[in-house]
Amino acid sequence: MGASANKQSYDLPAAGLRKFWLDFSESPTAVIALFVFLIILFIAIFAPWVSPSNPYDLTSVDIMNSRLPPGSEDFSGNYYLLGTDGAGRDMLSAIFYGLRVSLGVGALSGLVALILGASVGLSAAYFGGRFETIMMRIVDIQLSFPSILMALIILAAFGKGVEKTIIALILVQWAYYARAARASALVEKNKEYVEAAKCLALGDKRIILSHIAPNCMAPLIVVGTLQTAHAISLEATLSFLGLGLPITEPSLGLLIGNGFEYMYSGDFWISIFPGVALLITIVSINLVGDQLRDMFNPRLQK
Amino acid sequence: MTAFILRRSLQSIVVLFIMSLIVFVGVNLVGDPVDMLINPEADQAEIDRVIRDLGLDRPVSEQYWYFVLNAFQGDLGRSFIFGEPALKLIVQRMPATMELALVSLLMAVVFGIPLGIYAGLKPNSKFSKTIMAGSILGFSMPTFWVGIILIMFFSVHLGWLPSTGRGDVATYFGVTSSAFTLDGLSHIFLPAFNLALFKLSSVIRLARAGTREVILQDYIKFARAKGLAESRVVRIHLLKNIMIPVITIIGLEFGSLIAFSTVTETVFAWPGMGKLIIDSIYNLDRPVVVAYLMIIVVIFVMLNLIVDILYSVLDPRVRIKGVS
Amino acid sequence: MRQALEPILKINNLQTHFFTKAGILKAVDGVSFEIAAGEIVGLVGESGSGKSITGFSVMGLVDAPGKIIDGSINFKGKDLSALSNDQMQNIRGNRIAMIFQDPMMTLNPVLRIETQMIEAIQAHDGSISREDARIRSRDTLGLVGISSPDERLRAYPHQFSGGMRQRVSIAIAMLNRPDLIIADEPTTALDVTIQGQVISEMQKLCRETQTALLWITHDLAVVAGIADRVCVMYAGRIVEQGLVANIIANPMHPYTQGLMGSVPSQNQRGKPLQQIDGMVPSMLNLPVGCAFQNRCNYANEKCSNIQPDITQVADGRQVRCFNIPVGQRL
Repeated sequence: MGASANKQSYDLPAAGLRKFWLDFSESPTAVIALFVFLIILFIAIFAPWVSPSNPYDLTSVDIMNSRLPPGSEDFSGNYYLLGTDGAGRDMLSAIFYGLRVSLGVGALSGLVALILGASVGLSAAYFGGRFETIMMRIVDIQLSFPSILMALIILAAFGKGVEKTIIALILVQWAYYARAARASALVEKNKEYVEAAKCLALGDKRIILSHIAPNCMAPLIVVGTLQTAHAISLEATLSFLGLGLPITEPSLGLLIGNGFEYMYSGDFWISIFPGVALLITIVSINLVGDQLRDMFNPRLQK
Repeated sequence: MTAFILRRSLQSIVVLFIMSLIVFVGVNLVGDPVDMLINPEADQAEIDRVIRDLGLDRPVSEQYWYFVLNAFQGDLGRSFIFGEPALKLIVQRMPATMELALVSLLMAVVFGIPLGIYAGLKPNSKFSKTIMAGSILGFSMPTFWVGIILIMFFSVHLGWLPSTGRGDVATYFGVTSSAFTLDGLSHIFLPAFNLALFKLSSVIRLARAGTREVILQDYIKFARAKGLAESRVVRIHLLKNIMIPVITIIGLEFGSLIAFSTVTETVFAWPGMGKLIIDSIYNLDRPVVVAYLMIIVVIFVMLNLIVDILYSVLDPRVRIKGVS
Repeated sequence: MRQALEPILKINNLQTHFFTKAGILKAVDGVSFEIAAGEIVGLVGESGSGKSITGFSVMGLVDAPGKIIDGSINFKGKDLSALSNDQMQNIRGNRIAMIFQDPMMTLNPVLRIETQMIEAIQAHDGSISREDARIRSRDTLGLVGISSPDERLRAYPHQFSGGMRQRVSIAIAMLNRPDLIIADEPTTALDVTIQGQVISEMQKLCRETQTALLWITHDLAVVAGIADRVCVMYAGRIVEQGLVANIIANPMHPYTQGLMGSVPSQNQRGKPLQQIDGMVPSMLNLPVGCAFQNRCNYANEKCSNIQPDITQVADGRQVRCFNIPVGQRL
């Protein structure tokens, strides 16, 4: 057989962040989605500076400009890329401001739900016993009801409004985080470093927060992205139905709802464009979350 | 097996009990029961009379007792708007919602499972990638928005299908449904498809995930080592194993179909329970809301029970005790 | 004696490589051996040596990203590596059967035993009736020592113990009276007491039915008990093969010597257990020259630069090493 050229040794796989990026970029769609989402995030945060006009400044809105189709100009020379709505507001600006509200509400409720749910889940896994059983029963029962139902119940009981919608969204989401946190904390709990920490007589709180929690972040982040998309979708649905955010804080859902009636007369842009914006937002978040989930799923590692 | 069913039934009753408690607490202690149950338009004398009638001046535990008693007799209050018993209103509209939900479920399952299995078996084919992209889209698009697009395209633009309302009904084997008439079908198609789309994505992803996991298992390899044709491997060995998680989730998600019908029914003006509840929340017709909640709770608990039983039927490991 | 029999399986320079993102993994890198009708051959190696992949290559069950890229697998005159999947399906479970390692996972948990047995028969004989297939299944269960086979047929896998499940797997393998059974670590996952039973029963069965058996294992002691000939594998290659008795009495390759030395019964009481120093090299990163050099006491400069070829020794023995005494070489 003789001598054959053998492979040279290669570098050890990149650690940490670099590996994360390598795995993540295996899906080009996810990378594009992430990019798109960052753009949307930018628009949402800087809406007042990025929008052509402020659609909620009553002085700059003229009812004479109402229902102009996309690409038209008005008498003052303003260019309406996406047309205007029934009150004469620029659709593009309305969408930018709407993104702000939609993302803000979604992110805020998601964050609070994460903190709340993760705390419950981590403590339940760590302390075990009756506490865990009771909490998880509650989580299970709540999760067996669809989110929209929960939201409807809460809004029916407490009424409409910004805070109440956010509270409803939080109450709907926390259970998902609780379940994910508990599942991964249960796995971590049995690992050696927890034993070691206990041997050092570190306080429970310290163990949970500094040791277990960081290792549970991965699945929580996955749940986080997917849930945030879900929250945004849910809020839009509620606003569309007229039960969510009020007119003073118009989210994309409300814009779509308001534009619904105009659709039958052919002025589709008032409803469709906010819808497209909503869709792009949700899809990009979902694509990112999906890729993250595939990356972290141990059963798919070969 | 019977012991299993009995156990689960008992658990369900307990859950029902707890949920009724929660609804009661929600109505009477969280919100203002006077607002909740009494027409806000009534004058003071009327309010006082109703308070006495409804027993709102009695101690809370007594109130709860009456609440449960009345519930058993089917009395869950009277609608402010319609003046009819709330329960009657809901029951009248239940068939329309059930019909919509069932047709949607059928669509989702019949198309979703084969597509999901295909995407799981050949994850790198172009078709599979299209399916997965489509499913992410279907999963992300809020139901109401899809409904709007469907109406815009098929009704307004093309004029093929009606955009609102329910069609004519016909009765076969004692079942009355609009799905049995052509006119009914044309009316039910868009809303059912709308509702199904969300579910379809779920089913596809579930079937695909299940397939991807199962296909790596040793028993699949062993089946191939026996020389079985690949079609049999997929049809019998794979399918039976993924059906278990798929069916249980589908069963549970049927409940969410009913819940999401609230949106679809609003968009398509479909005369079901969902539209009723949205209108009622909007109009502050609380008794109807309360009645709806109780009915939904009952439906959900029963669904959970049925799914549990189904699970044990499908998975022999649950049904029959093993050695190890 | 057995060399005179015509081999039913002739593997020549089999190369099965895995094309992974991290590089090409040469799991099987030039393996050649033969099995005669009714012969029991052991294939011994540590995990990662490529022994299981060899078995899968014969069956045509190598998963992506693996591929047989060279060599021939000659079974009764046909080259299996050149056959289509459909043609292989006719052979699998029919003329060549396979038994896997973990009986817990090889039987489908949601199907009855009889379903899984009958389908194996009907896949290769379209004309047989279900009842006849069931009878054959029942009889074969009896053959492997399972009592009350009629009841057992109706049961589900989880109702059996590990040892019983493996017997069922063996029964399934024997259903169509194959010419060759490939057993991939069939007793590794079983309790030690059951192991012995299953080993001796398999040996008896194969002798009685004149079925050839390729027993893949990491345990040299098992092979010593059951096989006629043994092939020792290391890092994708066969480093020594020959009659079992000869190899055990006089292991020639340093790796085989190490393996023999590390079997506890070979050691004396009180003395520390012998082991082979070092670890198996990564299959993605094999050294130039002999794969065993880092762990070998006899390694010299030639070993570092050139991969050794097969050296023929007496009694049909083959060794892949430069350090065989010249007098022993043929």
